Amino acid sequence: MKDFPAARLRFTLNGHAVATLVDPMLRLADLLRDHLHLTGTKIGCNAGDCGACTVLLDGRQVCACLIPAGQIEGRAVVTVEGLAENGRISALQAAFLRHGAAQCGICTPGMLMAAADLLAHRPHPDEAAVKDALGGVLCRCTGYRKIVEAVLDAAAGDTVTASMSSDTVGARAEKIDGVAKITGSEAFGADRRPPAPFLSLRVIRSPHPHARFALGTTAALMAAHPGLARVLTAADIPRNLYGIYPTGKDQPVLAEGVARYRGEAVLALLGDAETLADIAERDIPIRWEPLPPVTFADAATPEAAQLHPHAPGNVLCRGRVVAGDVAQGFAGSAVRAEIAVTTSFVEHAYIEPEAGYARRVGDRIEIFACTQTPYMDRDELAGILGLRPDQVRVIPSAVGGGFGGKLDLSLQPLLSLAAWLTGQSVRQVYSRPESMAATTKRHPARIRAEAAADAQGRLTAFRFDGDFNTGAYASWGPTVAGRVPVHAMGPYRVPHVAAHSAAFYTNDPPAGAFRGFGVPQAALAGEALMDQLADALGADRLEFRLKNALRPGDRTACGQVLGAGAALVSCLAALRPAWQTLRATAARRNEAASGPLRFGVGIACMWYGIGNTGMSNPSEMVIGVTPAGRVVLFSGAVDIGQGANTILRQIAAEALGVPAAAIDLVTGDTDLTRDAGKTSASRQTFVSGNAARLAAEALRAAILRAANAAPEARLAFRDGAILVSHDGIETRLAPAAMVADADADGLVLRGEGRFDPPTTALDENGQGIPYASYAFAAQIAAVAVDTALGTTRVERIVAAHEVGRAINPTLVEGQIHGGIAQGLGLALMEDYVPGRTENLHDYLIPTIGDVPPIEVILIEEADPLGPFGAKGVGEPALIATAPAIFNAIADATGVRPTTAPCTPDRLLALLHASTSETAR
Amino acid sequence: MGLYLRPETLPDALSALAAGRYTILSGATDHFPARVLATPAEDILDISGLAELAAIRIDADRIWIPARATWRAVIDAGLPASAAALVAAARGIGGQQVQNAATVIGNLCNASPAADGIPVLLALDAEVELARLGERRRLPVAEFVLGNRRTARAPDELVLGLHIPRPAGPARSVFEKLGARAYLVISIVMVALAAEFLPDGRIAALRAAVGACASRALRLSALEAALLGRFPDPALVAAEHLAPLSPIDDARASAAYRRAAALTLLRRAVARLGEPEGSPT
Repeated sequence: MKDFPAARLRFTLNGHAVATLVDPMLRLADLLRDHLHLTGTKIGCNAGDCGACTVLLDGRQVCACLIPAGQIEGRAVVTVEGLAENGRISALQAAFLRHGAAQCGICTPGMLMAAADLLAHRPHPDEAAVKDALGGVLCRCTGYRKIVEAVLDAAAGDTVTASMSSDTVGARAEKIDGVAKITGSEAFGADRRPPAPFLSLRVIRSPHPHARFALGTTAALMAAHPGLARVLTAADIPRNLYGIYPTGKDQPVLAEGVARYRGEAVLALLGDAETLADIAERDIPIRWEPLPPVTFADAATPEAAQLHPHAPGNVLCRGRVVAGDVAQGFAGSAVRAEIAVTTSFVEHAYIEPEAGYARRVGDRIEIFACTQTPYMDRDELAGILGLRPDQVRVIPSAVGGGFGGKLDLSLQPLLSLAAWLTGQSVRQVYSRPESMAATTKRHPARIRAEAAADAQGRLTAFRFDGDFNTGAYASWGPTVAGRVPVHAMGPYRVPHVAAHSAAFYTNDPPAGAFRGFGVPQAALAGEALMDQLADALGADRLEFRLKNALRPGDRTACGQVLGAGAALVSCLAALRPAWQTLRATAARRNEAASGPLRFGVGIACMWYGIGNTGMSNPSEMVIGVTPAGRVVLFSGAVDIGQGANTILRQIAAEALGVPAAAIDLVTGDTDLTRDAGKTSASRQTFVSGNAARLAAEALRAAILRAANAAPEARLAFRDGAILVSHDGIETRLAPAAMVADADADGLVLRGEGRFDPPTTALDENGQGIPYASYAFAAQIAAVAVDTALGTTRVERIVAAHEVGRAINPTLVEGQIHGGIAQGLGLALMEDYVPGRTENLHDYLIPTIGDVPPIEVILIEEADPLGPFGAKGVGEPALIATAPAIFNAIADATGVRPTTAPCTPDRLLALLHASTSETAR
Repeated sequence: MGLYLRPETLPDALSALAAGRYTILSGATDHFPARVLATPAEDILDISGLAELAAIRIDADRIWIPARATWRAVIDAGLPASAAALVAAARGIGGQQVQNAATVIGNLCNASPAADGIPVLLALDAEVELARLGERRRLPVAEFVLGNRRTARAPDELVLGLHIPRPAGPARSVFEKLGARAYLVISIVMVALAAEFLPDGRIAALRAAVGACASRALRLSALEAALLGRFPDPALVAAEHLAPLSPIDDARASAAYRRAAALTLLRRAVARLGEPEGSPT
């Protein structure tokens, strides 16, 4: 940070005159956040690429990260904190709340300010104007559709607050944390600071994908920079290895002598922020000796360097599911098809870069940071620091988007270590390039698959070989390798299956958890094969899938017999009218088209096992009554924007028999809540939802016991009392009177719930019960392809999702919209290339103009094990989208994309190759 | 510590440039993104206070785009159809946040090969007016932009603005941008055409420029010659007209793709020249 002499600055902020002495080249975003303590304005990139920091300057939207403080002299700035009028949220904010337009909430202030600019200048915009106005703000959660609806609704002056008859299971209840998100008061990782003074932390990272390095002495560096408090190296770390699986801890917190990916941490500097920013990379005493990198293409070759001693051939692990006799299945078939598919690294691109702080409290360490998995973090940090787990307290910040990317540790180990060693609080905020270079990605895949069907159109055999690039370290690679073969053949009855996967180490960034754990990649291959087989048989592509769809009572390739709730058939039946109409429309438009546009419609199905694969993954919840007569749900399930806080409260309320509004929530603190397991694998609604249900049922039983009331009695909490009524008799319990009986949590009555989905480990052929429940879905994509430019515009998505029971339909739709947007990005534009796309203008995610209208059809066929029948939807939302789009492109053009993303240059090359083939 | 100057008059700005080396700052939308990870020691001359360089002027024979004119100002200025390409480019630059702050001159001076404004300014035959203390000069845009991030501006010079001539007869300009998503997208290729027409609709004068296909945007003189005296007909655009281009492979697209897409966009732009979308002025 090169600062300039502070200058006197006067401007108007949210209607109030402000005078301050400030560096005129300070970014307005930093002025607002760091100096004026208005943290509602979020920073996602500092480069004008994401729009999260959008504020109004003289009434017009600008990126606060691109405005030097010197330029606001005499001008008027309005931030999200200025939207409320007379202490009441604005009509626009209310519309966002009502429509569920805020998921994680990190982009919400930016969206609101862009919309406020629009509505001030154009009170009655159409959808195109809304998109133009909000086009500069990226959202990774919502798929934008509910944001568009909310802005149009606010413009229409519709201020009706839905008079909800119920706010429990099935209700479109507003998010419990929604107001915090639309007012900007939600505290994300960078929004809360430790008390001053605190140290900042800067990580020095490898500029090479593979290199040996030697650290020199740091004396000169320390002498040159008096503000540099300490330099941390691998030698400072008690146990310098971590990783997701107990047997697979292979990743150092700081590399020791060898760096295995570009962006790997090798050194950490501690000091004041200005000092750290002033230190030039070239002054860091590291001598690099670059080595040839192991790539995904050559990792398995005998010439490739061996990256880890425990992984001969650079193989991290393999997965396998075998059923029947696949050779026999192919031999007996009438038609067969094969395909090879490759996919890229995909970046999570949450709009919140990792941020947080750690502080030492006596012999304990406390860390406030974004995470999807506080208990795993706690145990892992304890291991790294050489502490007992109970010496580590993890307080999750609000999470500004996760999608699997915040399941791995990022800045927590070094922050904790630094705070532990120095005794001082230590804070770090990743820059966007650092976030992208350092953290995990979706596994690139190289898949070969083959399938066959008999003359009656029944699938007979499926063979799948998928190689996955797990990058430099294991991370969640074993999860991908284990999950993929179970799902590889898709949600179909196939008697003969041989599915194999392998994860290879390379000198790429660690590939970790990302919404779907490899299944989206596999579905690109499987769903292409379904189209090819249907075409070979002359069958309708939807009807072919319907004929082969898994049904209750069917046996999967793992040998598991499916129960009720396996309702893919219902999804496909629900899509049939749209399928036929859209197909007919596309055919008519193609007939009429004289230009380069070609229209196509694609369909794809998916299934997805909820929870961990063939292993225990319990959740525990506690709910109780305080002496003040409030009901409190203690939930350790991290809400990453998807709405777990709201959903779990709705479930608990339903089970307890009270309105959700009667329940307070204590969440996300390893000292206060039990382990609910990680927020991943689409498991919180299903697994933690069951734990919340069981806890609430237990509390209800305790209350009824205390009141000596019948099971069907009605409960109410009023004025500090519990009212239990049955048959006109009301019993009044006074929690205040029970205060002497209060337990360590301060509860006078309590219920606990624990749920672990019943599964079994898989044997060497992948036989067993990998999941207790599966979600099913089918999606249709309608596309227009410009065959002269190779560009694809998705015009419409129709998505039928079997969710068991929609606990909160608005939030379920929000998950589906957001998953579809990510699937669209995977299909058409997202391609992370280390060193080349480490920002949000070279790495492209869909904008508000890229996501088409989405029609969501919710199929609710209760899952026997789900809480009130519900199952997860987070990952199922994404999986079918990219294959549906690929199939639509093939339908439109006659050429089949096999590389994701199908960028304009790739598609045009395919089209040209096909034309010259025809010409020959 | 660096110097930060925000003069309110042009003489003050030029005096500062005469006396020292400054990084000139205007809309700051290219400045800050280039300083995400590290900020060099530099002295800043912030020209955002120069009120005299703020207002777009539309005269009978020319348009004046001064240094402080934002893309938003271009959109709102009510430019004639002869300069419609500049408005089209404005709408595709960044999001509205960037359009509200970024300037046309900043886009020009940053001289990115992918700058949307530069092919338009080439097609519109714009002239750059520069000033240093006691001296002014004008340069055609083609002579001002020298290459990737290189311009003919001397360190002590300030770009005051752009003169865009207004043709006497009917004229129209079009801009075609190709990016891999709907908003917030750096162009893979963009083309700009500006044409003047004979009374019967044939082309009396044409300038065609392509961006993101070389280290700087280029005019295609062979294409211009081929269309002269003809009705706008996409079939007249031939691959050999693109010979001056030297596109590269990068994260956005392959070189071969850029060449093919430029040809397609040029054909579409020529077709649009012939379409009755509002009357040429």
